[in-house]
Amino acid sequence: MVRGRWHTYRHGSSQKWRSQSRNFNVIILPPDPSHHKSILHTDRARFRSMAITFAGGVILGADSRTTTGAYIANRVTDKLTRVSDTIWCCRSGSAADTQAVADIVSYHLGMYATMEGKQPTVGVAAGLFQEICYANKEQLSAGIIIAGHHPSHGGSVYSIPLGGSLHRQSYAIGGSGSTYIYGYCDSYWKENMSEADGIGFVKGALREAIKWDGSSGGVIRMVVLTDKGAKRLLFLPDQGYEGPGDK
Amino acid sequence: MTSIGTGYDLTNSTFSPDGRNFQVEYASKAVENGGTAIGIRCRNGVVLAVEKIITSKLLKSGGNKRIASIDRNFGMISSGLVPDGRHLVSRARDEAASWRTSYKCPIPSSSLAFRVGSYVQAYTLYSSVRPFGVTTILAGWDSETESRVDGQVGSGPKAALAGKTKGTKAGGPGLYMIEPSGLYWGYYGAATGKGRQTAKAELEKLDLPSGNLSLEQGVKEAARIIYAAHEDSKDKDFELEMSWVSSSDGPTQGRHEQVPKELLEQAETFAKRAMEGDDDEDTATGGGETMEL
Repeated sequence: MVRGRWHTYRHGSSQKWRSQSRNFNVIILPPDPSHHKSILHTDRARFRSMAITFAGGVILGADSRTTTGAYIANRVTDKLTRVSDTIWCCRSGSAADTQAVADIVSYHLGMYATMEGKQPTVGVAAGLFQEICYANKEQLSAGIIIAGHHPSHGGSVYSIPLGGSLHRQSYAIGGSGSTYIYGYCDSYWKENMSEADGIGFVKGALREAIKWDGSSGGVIRMVVLTDKGAKRLLFLPDQGYEGPGDK
Repeated sequence: MTSIGTGYDLTNSTFSPDGRNFQVEYASKAVENGGTAIGIRCRNGVVLAVEKIITSKLLKSGGNKRIASIDRNFGMISSGLVPDGRHLVSRARDEAASWRTSYKCPIPSSSLAFRVGSYVQAYTLYSSVRPFGVTTILAGWDSETESRVDGQVGSGPKAALAGKTKGTKAGGPGLYMIEPSGLYWGYYGAATGKGRQTAKAELEKLDLPSGNLSLEQGVKEAARIIYAAHEDSKDKDFELEMSWVSSSDGPTQGRHEQVPKELLEQAETFAKRAMEGDDDEDTATGGGETMEL
């Protein structure tokens, strides 16, 4: 029974995994809800996330819904993950896979910073992500957007979709439900927006996605990366996505 | 030599009671007889120059290059045992390539110097190996513009880059010299080999830290210094080999290349004239005719 549920959760996974699970007679789901969550995450959650460049740096944004089929496994997920002080990523796909990849990249960037005595560029981070995603493409289910600010290079956004290719973009949207907001983004996108306009753009796009896509929802989270560092923002549905912002 | 007969110089990695490692010092002796090699860090690039003693009239002139490229933006010249230098070139290329596979961008010159320096130092530690009989000069230009990530598709925002911190300087010239002990420093002007004393004295006159010397002037001065350093071994013929690496808006566009033939010839003419005029006037530095590129 329990083993059967594993199969359901890992429906996209390889034969290798199934043969492995045959060796276990019982798999007990840990009672700790946080552990439970991580297992539910192994489903391909339909994440909605995006990152844009603006006049002062970059803004990352994401909704907060994680689903396992029709069930909302987590309504306040944080999909925006720090890999260095001013380089963050939006994870989509398998939560376990993307967390593991982000952890590895974070380690390498930390190592780079101590060895070189300077912060890595966003390109270095993107290159590390790509190498892992491409080399393990058969095993991974990960779509990652990398965005960050570097003093000499300013803000930049890279997108690494499923196969492990690397794309430098002015802005990037990701997750299977991003189809709903291509039109919105294309219409409203402007280069070199102010911070307020940038936040408005990201929020507008995510609100559309939440409105139309059944597997998007919950709160809107954002991270603004500038030469002043990282600033987190939160927008709640019961406040009409107006606040509390950075309060 | 006080070391002889003491027994402390028979194996690598053995300290003498007064804290010296004789095998490493002997390796440095091997360098003292090598052809003079110099590097000059200019405002907008770096020049490498080497004096190649012609050991046989049958050697093809202009062939047998001694300055090697490591990555697109690095040059390397060693003085001392030539095959040791070649081995180090091979290692440096591996290090540069390994950096690219990890980080998808060219290795910074400081990191390349660190890696090659560490490699050289490892050869002072074990009794199964000997230290490198070379002192190596590394010259490079770290891109001052944002370089593309290797394999990247697309180019991002066309407009002014988002939130660049004003006045932040990135990249620039890099010049490092690595000794047989693995010791390395960054230099404005570096010299090694037989004529290093003369060369160092000439380099000091150039006032390189002020950043006034342009790359084109640097090429001339490098040629002149190699000619000056050759004065002590005048009986032997030599050939001058020079390479340079400039900023991305300079003549080599951030790449390490051999100095073009015409420019090399001009620089040699300048150097020879400076040598002839040396007896009656001391005007070689700074002055002289301006050279057009």
